[in-house]
Amino acid sequence: MNATILHVDGLVKRFGGLAATDGATLDVRAGEVHALIGPNGAGKTTLIHQIAGSLAPDAGRIVFDGADVTALPMAKRVHAGLARSYQITNVFGRLPVLDNLALAVQARSGGSLRFWRPARSERARYDEAAAVAERVGLAEKLGRLANELSHGEQRQLEVGLALATNPKLLLLDEPMAGMGPDETARLLALLQSLRGGLTLVLVEHDMDVVFQLADRISTLVSGRVIACGTPDEIRAHPDVRRAYLGDEIA
Amino acid sequence: MADPVSSSPLDHRLRKVPALVLLAALVALPWGLQAAGHEFYLALATRILIFGLAATSLNLVLGFGGLVSFGHAAFVGAGAYTVAVLMQDGIASAWIAWPAAVGVSALLAAAIGAISLRTRGVYFIMITLAFAQMLYYVMTSLKAYGGEDGLSLVSKSFVAEAVDLGDERSFYLLTLAVCAFAFLFVQRLLNARFGHTLQGLRENETRMAAIGFPVFRYRLAAFVLAGALAGVAGVLLVNQSGFVSPSLLDWHQSGLLLMMVILGGVGHLYGGLAGAAIFLLLEELLSGYTTHWKFVLGLVLLAVVLLAPNGVMSFRRRK
Repeated sequence: MNATILHVDGLVKRFGGLAATDGATLDVRAGEVHALIGPNGAGKTTLIHQIAGSLAPDAGRIVFDGADVTALPMAKRVHAGLARSYQITNVFGRLPVLDNLALAVQARSGGSLRFWRPARSERARYDEAAAVAERVGLAEKLGRLANELSHGEQRQLEVGLALATNPKLLLLDEPMAGMGPDETARLLALLQSLRGGLTLVLVEHDMDVVFQLADRISTLVSGRVIACGTPDEIRAHPDVRRAYLGDEIA
Repeated sequence: MADPVSSSPLDHRLRKVPALVLLAALVALPWGLQAAGHEFYLALATRILIFGLAATSLNLVLGFGGLVSFGHAAFVGAGAYTVAVLMQDGIASAWIAWPAAVGVSALLAAAIGAISLRTRGVYFIMITLAFAQMLYYVMTSLKAYGGEDGLSLVSKSFVAEAVDLGDERSFYLLTLAVCAFAFLFVQRLLNARFGHTLQGLRENETRMAAIGFPVFRYRLAAFVLAGALAGVAGVLLVNQSGFVSPSLLDWHQSGLLLMMVILGGVGHLYGGLAGAAIFLLLEELLSGYTTHWKFVLGLVLLAVVLLAPNGVMSFRRRK
């Protein structure tokens, strides 16, 4: 029913002798929440880097929205609608929340070679940035420096920065990393609210979150996708169970 | 809650009233000095403006772009040499030579930037230094352009019949006009989309790429703009001194500009201007007392770095 929006075909990335991804193949359907799970060192983050464009694969192909993006630089992929958030919070710490988001909106609206007209005069852009802040629950914090936000709020901003680029597909690398239960619940609600509007690819260690959010789950072990299916199928999958019992990690 | 729009660190206000007072004072300066019988100092004022422009252009990439360029003198020198070389070939018109000089500086910056901006951190510092030194040695060995001895201008650039750049006051006023416009341009630029992009890159390069900015392209544009502005400073400098030599391209000069920016305030709108003024005024003052004035200047620099790591302009902005 749903078309494939992201097709990853046989991605290989070696670091010296270690193949971090070793022929990873993955299909993501438009509109779904697709979780990537796997034990530590399975190559999840390396895979995200390659899909986002910050690492070039040694072999394989990435097709996004009908176009081969394997050779595209990161910025061009963002313009095609493929945005990412980071596992370790990566925001503009010394800038206010509003400026953080306004920069992301500016990147999308193009034409940053403007030398004379004050950026502040673009009301629509700042309104849009404020709207994103509202969406991620930071409407009250527009003037706060990102550094001064709590960890949970920084994670919300992290997602907001990616959202502000208006992506078709959002790659979320461990969005819940280091969060307490309350913060996790808030971000979970935020991610739930995004469902349907865009496709989410989610790397996450918190299995409660994964099973609550995901429509489908791919399990990565030793750089390969060993299983892909609905949460129930994955829960029952013998290879997945073995990987998570810890006696398999090659 | 602080108003996020009026207090953003991305915006650099001119502060209209002080800026206009300063401009008015600078316009009135020649007459003031004449009345006080200190006309000699007008040349120093001109020099401060020119170095203020050069330092401001360096601050654009260093303070606002986060790129520590250690070869900025190359662009000043390229502008100065272009004027001198064209003059030697009989082209004295400012209307031809000056845009040509700025163009040469911009092209040089584009070439150096296209390679250097692929590196980061210490490597960027070293590669920009290396390129500038290459230019220094090239000009030293080019006998046709004076080699080590440099080139003298047979006359000042020709602007118009009514304007004689040989006249100290006319040259000062022209310099003031050029520098004021260039300064306003930099200020507008910083607050425009381009300036926000540049400062965003300084703050977090990987994130800028991840939200869709082609990092290299914007940095190169900034580097070229800064090079062009430094070229303007070179044009003015050669017209003031009537002379250009490879020493203008030397790494000491690049270091001098860096020192001015650090003294005045890295990433502060008025940093370059303030730094140039303090440096040159101290030089003038101290060299009257001792030939070892550089030692005292070094102490001052040390004190500023220790007491006000963001330069003297940071005294004004207490949070």
